Amino acid sequence: MSASEVQTFTPREFHRQAHDALGNPQIRANFRKAMDGLMAKRRDVFSDWDLETLRELGANIRLRALAKLPDLLERLEANCQANGIQVHWAENGDEACRIIREICQRHGAKAVIKGKSMVSEEMHLNAHLEEAGIEALESDLGEYLVQLNEQTPSHIIMPAIHLNTDEISEIMHTRTGTERTRDVDYMTAAARAQLRERFMAADVGISGVNFAVAETGTLCLVENEGNGRMTTAVPPVHIAVTGIEKVVEHLRDVPPLYALLTRSATGQHVTTYFNMISSPRKPGEHDGPNEVHLVLVDSGRSNIYQDDELLDTLRCIRCGACMNHCPVYTRVGGHTYGTTYPGPIGSILMPHMMGLEATKDLPTASSLCGACGEVCPVKIPIPDLLVRLRREAVGEGRGNVPGAGVKRTKKEVAAWKGFQWLATHPGVWRSSTAIAGKLQALMPSKLGPWTEYRTAPKPAKVSLHALVKQHKAKRHQAGKSDEDGGKRS
Amino acid sequence: MSARDNILKRLRERTDGPLTAPQSDFAVVSGRGWSQQERLARFERWITSVHGEVIHTSRDDWTRALAGLLEAKDIRRLALGREHPVAAEARAALAEGDVVLIDADRDIETWRHEQFHDTDAGLTSTRGAIAETGSLWLWPTPDEPRLLSLVPPIHIAVLDADTIEDTFFDVVEAHGWAGGMPTNALLISGPSKTADIEQTLAYGVHGPRELVVLLRHAEERP
Repeated sequence: MSASEVQTFTPREFHRQAHDALGNPQIRANFRKAMDGLMAKRRDVFSDWDLETLRELGANIRLRALAKLPDLLERLEANCQANGIQVHWAENGDEACRIIREICQRHGAKAVIKGKSMVSEEMHLNAHLEEAGIEALESDLGEYLVQLNEQTPSHIIMPAIHLNTDEISEIMHTRTGTERTRDVDYMTAAARAQLRERFMAADVGISGVNFAVAETGTLCLVENEGNGRMTTAVPPVHIAVTGIEKVVEHLRDVPPLYALLTRSATGQHVTTYFNMISSPRKPGEHDGPNEVHLVLVDSGRSNIYQDDELLDTLRCIRCGACMNHCPVYTRVGGHTYGTTYPGPIGSILMPHMMGLEATKDLPTASSLCGACGEVCPVKIPIPDLLVRLRREAVGEGRGNVPGAGVKRTKKEVAAWKGFQWLATHPGVWRSSTAIAGKLQALMPSKLGPWTEYRTAPKPAKVSLHALVKQHKAKRHQAGKSDEDGGKRS
Repeated sequence: MSARDNILKRLRERTDGPLTAPQSDFAVVSGRGWSQQERLARFERWITSVHGEVIHTSRDDWTRALAGLLEAKDIRRLALGREHPVAAEARAALAEGDVVLIDADRDIETWRHEQFHDTDAGLTSTRGAIAETGSLWLWPTPDEPRLLSLVPPIHIAVLDADTIEDTFFDVVEAHGWAGGMPTNALLISGPSKTADIEQTLAYGVHGPRELVVLLRHAEERP
């Protein structure tokens, strides 16, 4: 896509968007190349690890945190406050945006610099701040490029993965006046220079959180670029925003999750920086923000929490491995999903945030091949959850998901009821398959989306059941004559 | 009711009832049992694999290595602390030379422009390192503030060989991190980098372009 074309995506248009993406060789090539590389790197970096035991521990740490979630959130709050970090709670994204905007306004902020935060994407924070006259600038290089191109991230770890070098060169040239080039070092250096000035001038820094440690009131940030450290240390105010599920109990829970996160995400044995923040600047210290805020956002998470099966969704540590290994994601790319979180994790998370009405196609955007579940570092049974959401969408689940039953149609229910009756009444079944065989020619050749890429099924002239019956009858006949012959000899 | 109370109430009054917390066995992230030699080899292999540079030196002679490094990289303006022995020894050794020593123990508001634009390198001590991942660990102090290892284009870190431990988990446990965390604790594994432009690795995006570790051994190495 060129810098001038701005496309908007919505999960309601998944099928059309998938169709478009599949017909776009550039998108196909960009994702294929990137995902192949990421899969190989992940495989290599885990080669000398007892991966199953490590995944077991990761899953177990996340489960323990969820089991104690309300207590841990209170403990996190108490310890953060004791350290001087101000804690805020938001039921939804709008409330979180308002809290953040008010902190910015209290400081007369005009410019905000942001580290990567998917939760802030989830709540459309940038647009909210801009409406209030506060400029929000992304500083992660990928996010910066995506923002320059007026797009949203297409991957939760690598936001600009849908763009190739030439496209990025064109975007930077058009928006920032750099030379057109294929020199990645030149472009990186240019972005560095552009953003350094903005770090120095920013009134507030906004970041996400990878792990929030209840035991010590510590916010952990994982990154390679240093923009996360800049965001959290250069401006006079730091606001960290995160989902309520990101809390872990102990500090010792962090090393195993960090080991799983970097290796699963990008196949790195470690990231350049692991940044642990436990307080604002203390008296006598010479840098760091004077104020640190933590905004804890629910946005449907406490609803997911109610259900024993759906709960597993909240174990996620946002590594993106499920995307990297998903044959659907690799072919259609991240924007096709039209949601903040794309790919398998998005398909099991977004229905809770946006409702099944808007996202009903996402749980079906999977072949259920199982790769996502196999690579998940915290062993989320993603395929099972996709099936569960499919059931919820047609009103066959527990009704615990907003918009449950949206795909239920009288026709489909009647069809399955009819089939059930037919299949449990052998006499009727046999006569109807016989009739179907005779009326073969009347079978429609177009069966909706099914026949878009496939030929329509045709009932056989003689059903398998009838064939077996005929075969048995013949054998029986033959057996009788054998018996007769035996008697004769 | 406040958002806080609503959220906590929903979590506590869970439809499917209370959950049981499993026990955790951390053996898989500990107990490597490496020898000092293996630790050193692993640390060096990993940190150099991500463009970190390692210079072996000795406790007694390290400032000579530092001076050589400054000359080789044409570093004319070096920011550093004052009180930590690393900073104090470096200051003493460089007092006579041409390198301008910039005091890092000042409120950033008074020298931000200088730090961002007119500092060639930052020198810091380290508390230790992790062999398994090739990571340095730092707890910045008023003497060596947190931006000292981030803003200047070159970060020179001084590490003692006998402070390298096996795993991150081992460090957290052995040093009782949970008992009291500093304002900012850091793991640093190489210079700043990005792969956001079509997966092509580029160093020095927001933080230092180069990380040089002066690895001090207790004895002179042959």
